Amino acid sequence: MKKDQVPQDDANMLEGKTRDLQYAVDEHGNYTIVKSVGWEPKNIVLQRTWEEINEKLNHAREQVKTGKYSPLYYHMKKHLMNKWMLAKYAGVNVCKVWFHLKPKGYAKLSPENIEKYKKALNMKPGEDISDVDA
Amino acid sequence: MKIDYEHKMAAHCENGSIMSLMNYHGIKLSEAMVFGIGSGIYFSHIPIIKLNGMPMTSFRPWPGAIFKRVSKALDIDVEVTRFGDPEKAMRALDINLEKGIPTGLVVGVFYLDYFPTSYRFHFNAHNIIAIGKEDGKYIISDPIMETLEYLPYDNLKKVRFAQGLQAPKGKMYYIKGLPDDIDIKGAVIKGLKRTVREMVVLPGPVIGVRGIRYLSKKVRNYPRRFTPAVAAKHLGQIVRMQEEIGTGGAGFRFLFAAFLQEASSLLENPKLNELSARMTEIGDMWREFAVYAGRIIKERNEIETYDSIADMLLDISEQEKMVYKKLADIVRYLSKQ
Repeated sequence: MKKDQVPQDDANMLEGKTRDLQYAVDEHGNYTIVKSVGWEPKNIVLQRTWEEINEKLNHAREQVKTGKYSPLYYHMKKHLMNKWMLAKYAGVNVCKVWFHLKPKGYAKLSPENIEKYKKALNMKPGEDISDVDA
Repeated sequence: MKIDYEHKMAAHCENGSIMSLMNYHGIKLSEAMVFGIGSGIYFSHIPIIKLNGMPMTSFRPWPGAIFKRVSKALDIDVEVTRFGDPEKAMRALDINLEKGIPTGLVVGVFYLDYFPTSYRFHFNAHNIIAIGKEDGKYIISDPIMETLEYLPYDNLKKVRFAQGLQAPKGKMYYIKGLPDDIDIKGAVIKGLKRTVREMVVLPGPVIGVRGIRYLSKKVRNYPRRFTPAVAAKHLGQIVRMQEEIGTGGAGFRFLFAAFLQEASSLLENPKLNELSARMTEIGDMWREFAVYAGRIIKERNEIETYDSIADMLLDISEQEKMVYKKLADIVRYLSKQ
């Protein structure tokens, strides 16, 4: 890749927080470093990945509303976790997490376990864990 | 307090953290050098190891491998600690910072506050360096960020104890001692040797250049095996692995070419520079592959073009094979000297 060929396709994936470092050759064939704000193929696959995640999340929200799973399930999916990871993050036994993911178990959730989940999911004290539309 | 530390950006976080730690201790090596000595170039496509339910294509060695290899090759004494208790891990970091030791940390990026949202997955092998503490916030030199970042106590604790695959368990490292003289030339030759070994010598169809050929075969079959949407998903995963943040572009090929160029002047061997130019061309081929793949993913219906990108991969595999074979000859010649 030549220095002037380094792509600068901005799709706001890096949110202006940083830039990618790219190695490219200058006119004498020596390697230099060029900063890049993004590249189209990379943007496409990242966007596609997040679209898929959001589709799954919408599906999860429907499942919560129809009563198949509890709101905790939605939040778990939103944080791209599975029940083992949620169990580790919250410090709750994985069997209990499995139970809490069902509406029946969720109804029996103790206040301290709610706190544990909220802390694991980076939720502020005022936020409601049963809210799945946020 | 803040340690007088030069923040350095890098294309890849692991190289970057080693490079800047070594720079701090007076060993001036570039990122490309670190990458080459650690034999950072790699390829494998192993169907039984799944990521998101799809076979994992890997353009890098196992996280931490480069670090281990570089410190071993240069005989640097590195202290690595893991913790069971988060509070203890944070205290150990505080003690280190009070002593004025810049300390490398392995963290997960999902909950990392300053990280761009689109890149936040549960990737648990990101390397950052803590260089001080001010007003209860840790000062972080993250190799992929342009400036210094500040992290509150709770957030740093959370990311150091990220869960899931390769949980870092508060892993922390710092340079304890340096040898009297450093044999960079020897380390470079060692790195090249290992690269040749991994890319062409190791047996089996899934690693190195044979792995690329194998991937080509699989990509050719995607439209027959999967529905267009699923095929596009598989292809997307390959491109993501190739170009995700911190690859230096085109699956590290440019970074490796930069290394070959530096090695060429260090070892006074012009042939290495020729190979560097060849590697740059191969990097461009990888880029072209990503462009075509990106188009297929976006359109989703051009099934016939899977054949053309499979041809591209086959071509890349052949070209790379030639480069590594020549590299093997050079390494043999250099180690005899």
